[in-house]
Amino acid sequence: MTKPAKRGAAAQSALPAQFQNWFAARGWSPRAHQLALLDLAQKSQSALLIAPTGAGKTLAGFLPSLVEISQRKGKSQGLHTLYISPLKALAVDVARNLDVPAAEMSLSVRIETRTGDTSTAKRQRQRRDPPDILLTTPEQLSLLLGSADAQALFGSLKRIIFDELHAIVASKRGDLLALDYAHLRHIAPGLTAIGLSATVRAPDALREWLGTRAQPAALVTAPAGALPQVTMLDTRERLPWSGHGAAYAIGEVYDMIKSAKMALVFVNTRAQAEAVFQQLWHVNEDGLPIALHHGSLDASQRRRVEEAMAASKLKAVVCTSTLDLGIDWGDVDLVITVGAPKGSSRLLQRIGRSNHRLDEPSRACLVPSNRFEVLECHAAIEAVAEGAQDTPAVHGGALDVLCQHILGMACAGPFLADDLYAQICNAAPYAGLTRETFDAALMFVANGGYALKSYDRFAKIRLMPDGRWRVANGKVVQSWRMNVGTIVESDMLKVRLVRGGGKAALAGAGRPRGTLYAPAKIAGASTAAYTGALTRGGRVLGQIEEYFLEMLAPGDTFLFGGEILSLVGIVENEAHVARAQSDAPKVPSYAGGKFPLSTYLAARVRRLLASPKLWKALPPQVVEWLKLQQQKSILPPASKLLIETFARGGRHYLVAYPFEGRLAHQTLGMLLTRRLERWGLKPLGFVANEYALAIWSLEDVGAAATSGALSMSKLFAQDMLGDDLEEWLQESALMKRTFRSCAVISGLIERRFPGKSKSGRQVTISTDLVYDVLRRHEPDHILLRAARDDAMTGLLDLGRLADMLGRIEGRLIHKHLARISPLAVPIMLEIGREPVYGEAQDEILADAAQTLLDEARSS
Amino acid sequence: MLRKHSSTRPALRDRLVAGATLRAPPAAPITVAQEIFIADVSGALWHEGTRTLVVSDLHLEKASSFAKRGIFLPPYDTAMTLARLAQVALRFQPARIIALGDSFHDREGAGRLSPEDRASLHQLQKGREWIWVAGNHDPDAPQDVGGLYCDFYELGGVILRHEPTGAPAELAGHLHPVARVTAPAGSVRRRCFISDDQRCILPAFGALAGGLNILDAAYDGLLQAPVLHVLGRNRVYSVPVTRCVPD
Repeated sequence: MTKPAKRGAAAQSALPAQFQNWFAARGWSPRAHQLALLDLAQKSQSALLIAPTGAGKTLAGFLPSLVEISQRKGKSQGLHTLYISPLKALAVDVARNLDVPAAEMSLSVRIETRTGDTSTAKRQRQRRDPPDILLTTPEQLSLLLGSADAQALFGSLKRIIFDELHAIVASKRGDLLALDYAHLRHIAPGLTAIGLSATVRAPDALREWLGTRAQPAALVTAPAGALPQVTMLDTRERLPWSGHGAAYAIGEVYDMIKSAKMALVFVNTRAQAEAVFQQLWHVNEDGLPIALHHGSLDASQRRRVEEAMAASKLKAVVCTSTLDLGIDWGDVDLVITVGAPKGSSRLLQRIGRSNHRLDEPSRACLVPSNRFEVLECHAAIEAVAEGAQDTPAVHGGALDVLCQHILGMACAGPFLADDLYAQICNAAPYAGLTRETFDAALMFVANGGYALKSYDRFAKIRLMPDGRWRVANGKVVQSWRMNVGTIVESDMLKVRLVRGGGKAALAGAGRPRGTLYAPAKIAGASTAAYTGALTRGGRVLGQIEEYFLEMLAPGDTFLFGGEILSLVGIVENEAHVARAQSDAPKVPSYAGGKFPLSTYLAARVRRLLASPKLWKALPPQVVEWLKLQQQKSILPPASKLLIETFARGGRHYLVAYPFEGRLAHQTLGMLLTRRLERWGLKPLGFVANEYALAIWSLEDVGAAATSGALSMSKLFAQDMLGDDLEEWLQESALMKRTFRSCAVISGLIERRFPGKSKSGRQVTISTDLVYDVLRRHEPDHILLRAARDDAMTGLLDLGRLADMLGRIEGRLIHKHLARISPLAVPIMLEIGREPVYGEAQDEILADAAQTLLDEARSS
Repeated sequence: MLRKHSSTRPALRDRLVAGATLRAPPAAPITVAQEIFIADVSGALWHEGTRTLVVSDLHLEKASSFAKRGIFLPPYDTAMTLARLAQVALRFQPARIIALGDSFHDREGAGRLSPEDRASLHQLQKGREWIWVAGNHDPDAPQDVGGLYCDFYELGGVILRHEPTGAPAELAGHLHPVARVTAPAGSVRRRCFISDDQRCILPAFGALAGGLNILDAAYDGLLQAPVLHVLGRNRVYSVPVTRCVPD
């Protein structure tokens, strides 16, 4: 965990001899930041440690606790230190690593983990007889706090350690953790905290999160390691105009893997992971052990890959953000990211996965998947060289999480509203919570919080004569316990293999042999022999989003777990699949990038594009492309919005280049088409990618703008965020999805559990219908407010769109062109590839009705 | 993002037609055992010959039924369903309204009606015949809500009952049919009528009534070569089953 430090023995007086000797025996000496944390802890001050990977961060966090526990006289006095990790696997990993120094120093300390996997017997024992140090996850902490014995369990708590704090604060999980932390501070007034974080853009926000606004936690910064060596693939191939994969460069990626000890190949989505994995497999002449790792795969398969990694049995792992965080999986010396990294902090974090040694630079190579991404990769490499960070800002606390927490607190015991309100305001994200909003959340928990007070008699929590709120009955507690947490997966269906259907696609004949660490191979021949009727007998391969399966008809083939599968049918909450014979999946499962381009990188890309002086470092094909754009149209200036219009194939196109990420562009596209339609310009559709947006119409928007019949500045005016937005939100499928997750987190409806099947129809409640009813009758209801807040940052990215519209006001450049511009080519190529959102729904029905007409005519 | 211009035309036409005659927007005629019905975009079925309006599965007081279990759905579903029904009644001016079963979400539902909702229901019943057909959620006559109560009803040789049996000349509800219709561009899930020339199953009319995909096994054997009449925003689209997928 700690490597030899260059500096000599400093003022180590705080460190007991036992510890000094241990360091010395290993030829180490404690690092400055480790001693600084120890010093602060002894002064009972909270601290934030910002350190790069490999700096002995974990030991630094635990050192104060280990020292205190070692100096303790007599028996254990209950729980001393609580460690919270965003990943279950990380908690387990850290516990293992902590056991080593504890054993070597013969410390009498009990270190235990508590996760969803911990046995009931052990959980009960932990409550009765807690360990000195407990390592757990935010959800488990919530559950512990929502029980009657929380006071007894945590009353003795001295210290709390938050690992990977940067990865958790800017999320609903972070909100829940902040609320629980505020409650812990109430139970254990002397509690001090240590936050461990990678480098972030705004450390002060984290310091306030740990301490208070008036008294933020102290900041300790470990020296940065050697600068990472990040390069962009200098491809021999022709760079694609659009798309999201690395098929064009797969040979070069393969060569890099071959020359590395172990490589991690990061991609942004599960579907990309599947595609890259399959492509690598096709070129795997040498039979290299290459594995696949993503969140949808069955947990046992993921463990298998992780173990193989730790044992250095693999040459490469194709993975998604599931491997982003700090687990030390072995000897990775090269990180390859396919597709642009979307943010410099994300890139730094991923680079940190290679070479956990401070003195050696990490190596990373970016493989852009299209020409625009070349610009983005270039911007990201520069940002990394400058150490520039763009981690998301800590935001205001989510209201649905607040509702969940209030019920949890009632489950722990009766409370006075005034006390709970004061306590909640101590949680950083809720510092600005008004009493009015708190009361609305309280009433929501009690009886739904509707203006029409008809549910009082069914209330979940009730106000007692003594002025305290008490939970109505045990069922309420039980239901809360089942629904704790803020992670609402989009509905997932289990993928079950029910028929062999021939040989596994990837292990089939004619393919290179090698070790394939994917379900296809691990499954072996045992399932291949399975034939016969559709039954539940098959093996579960993992889980897949319901919305993806909605697009498939039985017989359609798709990629999952490294194989080509064909859908047999959907039975309750399981998708039954068979192995398919085909070479290529029929349905490409790419559904856009998961992470939007960060505003920071977007600004850099705009700057790069606008300044030909900076193009020296770009590949010649890209420079040529940009020069052509310069000739045929104009390069988008850094601080203005370029809009091009041109006609093509009987349609009129409008292409804008805001560089604000797909989500904001999609929302903008919805709003612009509405407006164009109202103005009689007959828009037909639009498509958005990370960089640009194209709208096509029957009428010539460009000519209308040139003649003055239409005003571009009016078209892009900020007031589209008023009525147009309202009208659209009403029917937006994205908004309904957002509402659904708020309804689950707040406890309005119960979570659907995989495996707990719908017993007959109508047991599940359609939150879409609830949304419609609520919007109509109580548009200010707290749940709609929660959904709206989410939309601002989440699926609709309204906040960013609003910023952009403000920025470009009076700064539009319109080019009416005779034909398509070079810069417009990538977005034009995406037309027809993208899925449709809400707007076009009736179109689908009309189209389907036409089939019926055609059928009638032909018969 | 396909948004063919044609799709916006019917909407405009609807408004014009509706404004001119207060009559239903383009709706789909359905012939069941030689009787002609109109599948309305609201989900109601209209029989011009007897000036009868049929609605199924109102599920009134569904939200309050869930509230008993601590699931506080917005308590406005009954008001919303009745208001929608009032709008349809205004358009058609029916002589008779038939609620085809599961009119209340549970046996005590009628008793939980708020005074306001009870009043709107009375208003709706004024000057016309009102029939409650029994459903599995409301197998007994609801108390103090007016109207006649029966197990099934016969209209011009067609039998109206809650649960479809597959017999010829039958109108039913119960299953809450919805269709997920696909196009290369994506799919959309909507309530629908499902019919052949002898039978029709009505969509649920209630604001909070969910739906069951028409490809579910529950529909097996109930209809012969059915056609769907899918409720769009402003009109009904007749769609072949071949364009539908499971949920």
